[in-house]
Amino acid sequence: MPGRVSIFVTCIVDQVFPRVGLAMAEVLERIGYTIDFREQQTCCGQPAFNSGYRAEAAQVAEHFIRTFRDADFVVVPSGSCASMIGHHYFDVFPPESAMHEEAQYLGPRVWELSRFLTEVAKVEDVGAKFEQTVTYHDSCHALRELHIKEAPRRLLRKVRGLTLKEMSVAEECCGFGGTFSIKFPEVSGGMARTKIDSIHGTGASTVVSIDSSCLMQLQGALSRAGSKVRTMHLAEVLASREPQS
Amino acid sequence: MAEAEGGEVTAREEILGRVRAALGRNPGQPVKPPAAPRLRIPEIPADERFGLFQTRLEALGGKVYRAPALADAGRLVTQIRPPGPAVASNAPILREAGITSLPDILTGLTEESRLRDVCASAACGITGADYGMAQTGSLVTIAANESRLVSLLPPVHIALLRLSRLLTGLDEFYTLVPKPAGGACSTVFITGPSRSADIEMILVRGVHGPKAIHVIVVEE
Amino acid sequence: MMMTRERLVQIQNAVADTKLQNAVYSATARLKEKRQEVVEELPEYQELRTHAAALKKHALENLDHYLEQFEANVIAHGGKVVWARDGDEAAGFILDIARQRGVKMVVKSKSMVTEEIHLNQRLEEHGIEAVETDLGEYIQQLAKEPPFHIIAPACHKTRQDIAEIFRKGLNTECGDEPEQQAGLARRVLREKFLEAGIGISGANFLVADSGALLIVENEGNARLCTTAPKIHIAVTGIEKIIPRAQDLAVFLKLLARSATGQLLTVYTSLLGGPRRPGDVDGPEEFYVVLMDNGRSRLLADKEKRESLNCIRCGACLNACPVYRKIGGHNYPWTYSGPIGAIITPQYKGVLQDPWLPFASSLCGACAEVCPVKIDIPKILLDLRRDVVAERTQASSNRLEKWAFQGYSWLMRHPRLYALAGRLGAIGAKLPFATRIGPAAKWGQVREVPMPASESFRAQWRKRKAAK
Repeated sequence: MPGRVSIFVTCIVDQVFPRVGLAMAEVLERIGYTIDFREQQTCCGQPAFNSGYRAEAAQVAEHFIRTFRDADFVVVPSGSCASMIGHHYFDVFPPESAMHEEAQYLGPRVWELSRFLTEVAKVEDVGAKFEQTVTYHDSCHALRELHIKEAPRRLLRKVRGLTLKEMSVAEECCGFGGTFSIKFPEVSGGMARTKIDSIHGTGASTVVSIDSSCLMQLQGALSRAGSKVRTMHLAEVLASREPQS
Repeated sequence: MAEAEGGEVTAREEILGRVRAALGRNPGQPVKPPAAPRLRIPEIPADERFGLFQTRLEALGGKVYRAPALADAGRLVTQIRPPGPAVASNAPILREAGITSLPDILTGLTEESRLRDVCASAACGITGADYGMAQTGSLVTIAANESRLVSLLPPVHIALLRLSRLLTGLDEFYTLVPKPAGGACSTVFITGPSRSADIEMILVRGVHGPKAIHVIVVEE
Repeated sequence: MMMTRERLVQIQNAVADTKLQNAVYSATARLKEKRQEVVEELPEYQELRTHAAALKKHALENLDHYLEQFEANVIAHGGKVVWARDGDEAAGFILDIARQRGVKMVVKSKSMVTEEIHLNQRLEEHGIEAVETDLGEYIQQLAKEPPFHIIAPACHKTRQDIAEIFRKGLNTECGDEPEQQAGLARRVLREKFLEAGIGISGANFLVADSGALLIVENEGNARLCTTAPKIHIAVTGIEKIIPRAQDLAVFLKLLARSATGQLLTVYTSLLGGPRRPGDVDGPEEFYVVLMDNGRSRLLADKEKRESLNCIRCGACLNACPVYRKIGGHNYPWTYSGPIGAIITPQYKGVLQDPWLPFASSLCGACAEVCPVKIDIPKILLDLRRDVVAERTQASSNRLEKWAFQGYSWLMRHPRLYALAGRLGAIGAKLPFATRIGPAAKWGQVREVPMPASESFRAQWRKRKAAK
């Protein structure tokens, strides 16, 4: 039975890709859920954690936990943030501390969107229509830390008019990696170019992922390369109903 | 250096001391034994082993033959061997198969410098094999029974293996021979001809060891 | 950046070098595919990994016991164990033996440990010629370069490069065909094997219950190095210990598969001492140099101890998108790729090359293929924490520290965070905005994304009000 779900839109969606958050809300509402958006929410703390600032990450993580501690379901349009909360919060709080225990309680209640749809809501067809050839980019944290491989593909296959074409290196990193993309722009950009070659090889018009950060990297590199391929978050594809021009 | 000099702490004592300090262990502290070795011998019927061995080794560029009797093995060697002198190890099976008395075969060498010279110039080295492993297409040669150089220096290696010694694979070998080094200073698994892909990942055979390997499996 | 200018330029050059990129990408792609194929055909693969990791953990947790057991068994077989605190002691021992026996030339089979201590250079300084005999290592030695890859030392070179290296290094004609080139190396090195007074090898495993070392290889050069000369000296790190020969049934199924996609390498040699009475060949003297060189320090760090599990298969290099871009020569120490990125800071201290643990997108492809389950991304994150802690203590990163303190504060004050977002969106529209700070770095290779003019929370509030 659908009920109430909290959404955590992540800082990057909030500030840069609000349309992804709106699309996620629309899809969840379409299948019968009521959305709870808590305005206290900000960031999961990953930027500090990945940069080696554990104390700062712990403070932000604690804020996240306080914001969502009584939620039954927190749905996130990101594998990376979901994995930070579900896996790495254990590394930021000392074992047996109160926050560590809270993280253990909250972790399993935090769901990446595609997983929530297929495993909790148990739907694959959300009534979307998107008449394009798309290719799917496996974001690393979703794939390797949350083992999300099939859920987004199952959802995409049920989208009317959509053709899914796999790229040869779907599982290879796009090169984003948070501050890595700024600290090592040449390497990060080189990784994106490898990925783009593979995307172009599919002939797809659109590359889809469940992480906005990867898509920001890929869109930036695609635009720089003068490519017509565009990036879309899975939520945006699932929210689409009208034929795309 | 290992030797103590004057009253200095030896490297041995110091390294072991550091290791123990790192682990919080005391000298001679007993060790809780690890889990039992993981040895799972697969069920491969005896009559399928030969085929599997052949498939595996030939996929690597080796050649496998079947000889009903030892005498057949001798005849096969004559057919397979490249022209020129060959060197045969002192494995009894080679004598029994009549290989050591074939023309232009040097054998019975017990002096190392002579063995080296002969191996370095021979067109072919002939040895026995203590075991075979079907799953990987490997031969096992144990130094107590076999020369190490005969299977290594000449450009072609011919080996005789008894069918009864063809095992399934690694697990069966280590079950039968739990401590190979107890009985010999060298136990070598040979899996195909010498190869390298160090240049552009292109396969080249016979880099330092033999370019070709022929295994005659003797049923007798 | 915490990286030297020189290193940065080298990395930029490597990324821009199409020929290098093609060579490295195709070599690593091939190794990756082959590994994938054979691993998929092995139903018990995951179980073997778990088993191997547990065995390594056990061996490391009881390392002193197994080292002593190993030593006793080597001695029982007529060999000798030499303990070396560092490279000086390891090289010193080899030099002493060479002097005592009047040896002027040694042959070597591939060994990362001897690379780690620059053994060749040390020997040559004392007038002893050291000849690498693995084809790839030999090419690298002639080119006067360290290995580029743990298992494919010359994978960055084309056959034309190699022809040139042989022509120059050997002063002889050499064509472009790998077959010819390998044949040339075979002829030259064959003489060396038969002449050398000492053969030096590494070891893939030290088997405690057998007092034996295990060496895997494909060419036969390691067999020759350990058979033809009268003296065999193996130089290894103390962490290579495994408890029992029977455990090789686990490790051997993983090693060749992970490294080259083979079921077993062509030659897998278990060597337990000098030749025995009745043997016709094999070395007369057998030494194992057990070297610490910082390993006991790594062992003391329980959190990262599993770094010592490594069996040097190189699978993490092939899987790593960063290694594949920057190549094996842009890591500060002998060990490259993800494994190098986690062990180098532990051996050398995290402040030596503080950028190294940060040179990763944390994609996790390395951990996925590691046959002994080293959690490389987790260790990279722990090292980042250590770098920050040490740099904070040294007050060398005040700005960054303040930035993250500011971030943390802002993220705990949602209203100010929202306000900052609004200001940011306005600021981003300023003409110079994309030319400064992180945006400029981003913009070097990608178009800079613009913050939305209205954040999600602002739009959500409107949406709710409208309903």
